[in-house]
Amino acid sequence: MTSPSSVSKSISKSMTMGEAGLASGLAVFAFVSLLGMAMGHDAAFSFHAALACAASLISVVVIGNRYLDRPAELPPAEINGRPNYYLGPIKFASAMAMFWGIAGFTVGLIIAMQLAWPALNFDLPWTTFGRLRPLHTSAVIFAFGGNVLIATSFYVVQKTCRTRLAGDLAPWFVVVGYNFFILIAGTGYLLGVTQSKEYAEPEWYADLWLTIVWVTYLLVFLMTLVKRKEPHIFVANWFYLAFIITIAVLHLGNNPALPVSFLGSKSYIAWGGVQDAMFQWWYGHNAVGFFLTAGFLAIMYYFIPKRAERPIYSYRLSIIHFWALIFLYIWAGPHHLHYTALPDWAQTLGMTFSIMLWMPSWGGMINGLMTLSGAWDKLRTDPVLRMMVVSVAFYGMSTFEGPMMSIKVVNSLSHYTDWTIGHVHSGALGWVGFVSFGALYCLIPWLWNRQLYSLKLVNWHFWISTIGIVLYISAMWVSGILQGLMWRAYTSLGFLEYSFIESVEAMHPFYIIRAAGGALFLAGALIMAFNLWMTVNAGRASETEGAAALQPAE
Amino acid sequence: MKAIIQVENFASSLVGTLWTPIFVGIFIAIVAYALWPRNKSLFDAAARMPLRED
Repeated sequence: MTSPSSVSKSISKSMTMGEAGLASGLAVFAFVSLLGMAMGHDAAFSFHAALACAASLISVVVIGNRYLDRPAELPPAEINGRPNYYLGPIKFASAMAMFWGIAGFTVGLIIAMQLAWPALNFDLPWTTFGRLRPLHTSAVIFAFGGNVLIATSFYVVQKTCRTRLAGDLAPWFVVVGYNFFILIAGTGYLLGVTQSKEYAEPEWYADLWLTIVWVTYLLVFLMTLVKRKEPHIFVANWFYLAFIITIAVLHLGNNPALPVSFLGSKSYIAWGGVQDAMFQWWYGHNAVGFFLTAGFLAIMYYFIPKRAERPIYSYRLSIIHFWALIFLYIWAGPHHLHYTALPDWAQTLGMTFSIMLWMPSWGGMINGLMTLSGAWDKLRTDPVLRMMVVSVAFYGMSTFEGPMMSIKVVNSLSHYTDWTIGHVHSGALGWVGFVSFGALYCLIPWLWNRQLYSLKLVNWHFWISTIGIVLYISAMWVSGILQGLMWRAYTSLGFLEYSFIESVEAMHPFYIIRAAGGALFLAGALIMAFNLWMTVNAGRASETEGAAALQPAE
Repeated sequence: MKAIIQVENFASSLVGTLWTPIFVGIFIAIVAYALWPRNKSLFDAAARMPLRED
């Protein structure tokens, strides 16, 4: 503090352009939101405007306090020749990921139980299946998964570029702004605000906000790449960049809408009829391809080598399967619209590209698994690594199942049945969930410079959740195929053999098994949250583990 | 003006017809880059990037 430079700088301390600009921008936004709240046409819009007003005012105060507390100089990019990594926003996003994960799994369990015991919707509008279901999917995919992706991408890009994250307030704007978007979207669903596009339910104002946040995310990531100290851009960063860019394109393509009023929550989408359906599933399947696949493959390519202390099995394969995924995924969407008004050739095109996708998907799986060569014994002793490796196995399984289900004749049996739900969950719980858990088990100790509180608890988490997933997906396979076969069963006289309600009744036991699986998965996540909480708050400093982690593999 | 429209039509139809071979060409170039023997040492080093500490 007494060094001459800080003394001379402290005289000329002033707000950066970013601080002054963001604070004044948010102050104006608070005023606009206040007007929106007062003049809103519906209660939900006014409520969201009130949230925006409050959040903007709090942010202005926080930015001001942060300015008053900080030294005149912004944190240096390097300290003693080593990059001074920016970890605050990453800590925030990882903590939010854990929070939203628990919330999303809990809501999933509730709606699974509602299917088994419909009385559990309590006959209230806010707790009906139709409103809780998008809350569940968005909380798990976008809130839990999204925070994991933002946190890990900010970490990996800094580490592999050996440079501090670009921007001062911008990374904070990304993580806080993204979570505010989740809050608006989620409370909107409960209040009945939705544009009724699956996985793109948020209404126009939430979409606009997300656009601002996402473009900032892209800029922070890009500018960090631009100022990298490493000549080579590591493959995980390619995957993250593809994820960020494509989600921006998908979001803009799928969501152009005309609000009924700029003071109300309702809007109408620009696309009509089958074009809307095509746009929706172009968006929907590429959200799977670039959010749930490319982003999490980036996690795989950094965290598995790091944890196993082995180099990537084949870097060449990573380049080839990356570009093959990029070229193929974008065409697979129409397989969601088999036997609909979509032209037949487009359906067949979607099916063909989905089948071709099998190759790059398995390229990634093989690369992830084979990275363990020479370190397979670690699976026995390290449950965190085991979790990530099992996630890659689930990735292989669900990317085999997906192309199979996209074949039109298979789809004629599987579509609209629980088989689809089972497929999604083997990918979501097995692949995305487990690789995220593994990444958080690595990341939290690294960020807080702690030793993981208990590996034994990770082991419990692993087994409880694995049994949960197996119960869930096998119940849904049986239930889905049963359902599909019952719908297409004819009597000898050519009448349908079963009424629809009979197929619902037949699924009841499987709904209970699925809810039990969901309960186990949630229990595992609660163990994880406890473990990570103890790691941060009661954990030991990472002297021994840190020293071990610092050792290069060879 | 008419000439510009004609050129535009020609360009867009050319891209419309040629995008498949263009994309295939780009992909083949990427595969060649990935498999090029001289790039091996670069990729072997890159495969170890997560293991390096600063």
